[in-house]
Amino acid sequence: MAARAIWKGELKLGTNKVPVKLYSAVEDKSVRFHILDDSKRNRVKQHMVDAESGEEVETKDIRKGYEIEPGKFVILEEDELEGLKPEPSREIEIGEFVPADEIPQQFYERPYFLGPDGDEKSYFALAAALEKQQREGIAHWVMRNKTYTGALGGVDGYLVLSTLRNAGEVIAASELPEVTGRAPTKKEVDLAKHLVSMLEGEFDPKEFKDEYRERVLEFIAKKAKGRAPRLAPVKTKRATTSLDSVLAKSIASLKKGKRAA
Amino acid sequence: MPRKSTTKRRTSGRTSEVEGEERGGVRPFWSGTITFGLVSVPVNLFPANQTTRTSLRMLGPDGEPLSRKYYAEKTGKDLENDEMIRGYEIDKGKFVTITDEELERLAPEKTRDIDLKLFVKEDAIPPLYFERGYFLTPAGNSEKAYRLLAEAMKERGDVGLATFVMRGKERPVAIFSDDGILRAETMRFSDEVRSHKQIGLPEKKNVSEAIVRKFETLIKKKAKRTFSPDKDEETERLLKLVKKKQHKASNVVQIKDYQRQDEGEPVDLIQVLKRSLAGKK
Repeated sequence: MAARAIWKGELKLGTNKVPVKLYSAVEDKSVRFHILDDSKRNRVKQHMVDAESGEEVETKDIRKGYEIEPGKFVILEEDELEGLKPEPSREIEIGEFVPADEIPQQFYERPYFLGPDGDEKSYFALAAALEKQQREGIAHWVMRNKTYTGALGGVDGYLVLSTLRNAGEVIAASELPEVTGRAPTKKEVDLAKHLVSMLEGEFDPKEFKDEYRERVLEFIAKKAKGRAPRLAPVKTKRATTSLDSVLAKSIASLKKGKRAA
Repeated sequence: MPRKSTTKRRTSGRTSEVEGEERGGVRPFWSGTITFGLVSVPVNLFPANQTTRTSLRMLGPDGEPLSRKYYAEKTGKDLENDEMIRGYEIDKGKFVTITDEELERLAPEKTRDIDLKLFVKEDAIPPLYFERGYFLTPAGNSEKAYRLLAEAMKERGDVGLATFVMRGKERPVAIFSDDGILRAETMRFSDEVRSHKQIGLPEKKNVSEAIVRKFETLIKKKAKRTFSPDKDEETERLLKLVKKKQHKASNVVQIKDYQRQDEGEPVDLIQVLKRSLAGKK
């Protein structure tokens, strides 16, 4: 079944415009739970209460405030917050184009597929051009009262627009101190590199299967019939200390496995 | 070519609410063991992403702070955390309950281990798959094994792959060696990423070379060598308004005998990570 577009817009590159529809490229398939009242097994709801007295405050009486110091708030009125909202627009403005591998993974947030909306020629030509140049366009747009930054790229002949996190949302490893403690020896690093190289392969996303999802649903089905199996507790492992002998053993057992296969 | 790692400096004033935080310290988001071959590396996992969106506090008519509470739909009674349980709806209005412990025990290995059985080159994974980033810090005297794995992966230019269970959900994860630190990026399963066919996009059309070249020329004209992330301008606009009102002392309320309720202190994630990397609790 074809998916429904969640938004319509226009890619703007200089004076060129490419009309597009936007579709979510991902769907979450995890098992959905409800929160229940433990004693009655009924659904629960949420409301806002006075933090001190516990008394309920109705939605129409709720105000919003920014805490400037503990216990001190600047109240922002609805019309003031309304005034902060970005101008609505259908334009996805493409500024510059950067090499596709220049954007660190940490910035990618949520991918959307773009589909052509009337001008298929320009759509497929742009996708082909981006793939040929191996570049991604940096996009800015406003959708549902929010501003977004994104990366526009070509994937298998189609356009994909991923939202990107802003500078403050990403912590870089370079901001963190080095791990101290004992350093591994050269021999240990060489053995570990050998072990890693034996485990090297190609990335195939289909190799990863969500077995847990099935297991949870199966357990629920059994429990519904009053036949829930007993489950063993979870154990935690300790850090390996005699690294070189364990590495050598790992390599030996992998070699054996390969010969047997 | 390996994808560039993040090398920007931190902007000040970022805070984040770490989930699972309790009074008297910040608990890791997840704790467990990375294994490769027969080597075990116990680690703690902390978020590497945080929100910059200023969360506005909900206040009552006179500016008194409010908290969000769960209540029982039928009785209207407020509920504490230990009075609630997860339920799966098997029929309309009929639930089977499941505890956190049961969810953990359903996959005893996968809730505790990230077993790296496959390593791929750093640039082999399309960004489409990445979901969220985390940093791993050594736990239980695992510094040496931790540094060993980070060094071996860095020298080979590899990332380690596995699936593991965190908070009741299994997900694929890629472990990167990044400036001597192990970084985990959770990923989507292949059936959680749609294809253009599934969405129902039209068949690919062959277009003339000339029009492709027109776009290529445009791309080259606006080519830039490096990527620089944006600032959160929406939050900056909001803070400007807050400052203006503060100066005019317009609509500023001070709560007497103020005590923070269960909303949780905003946490400086960098400080949490630094402490954890230094082996302090």
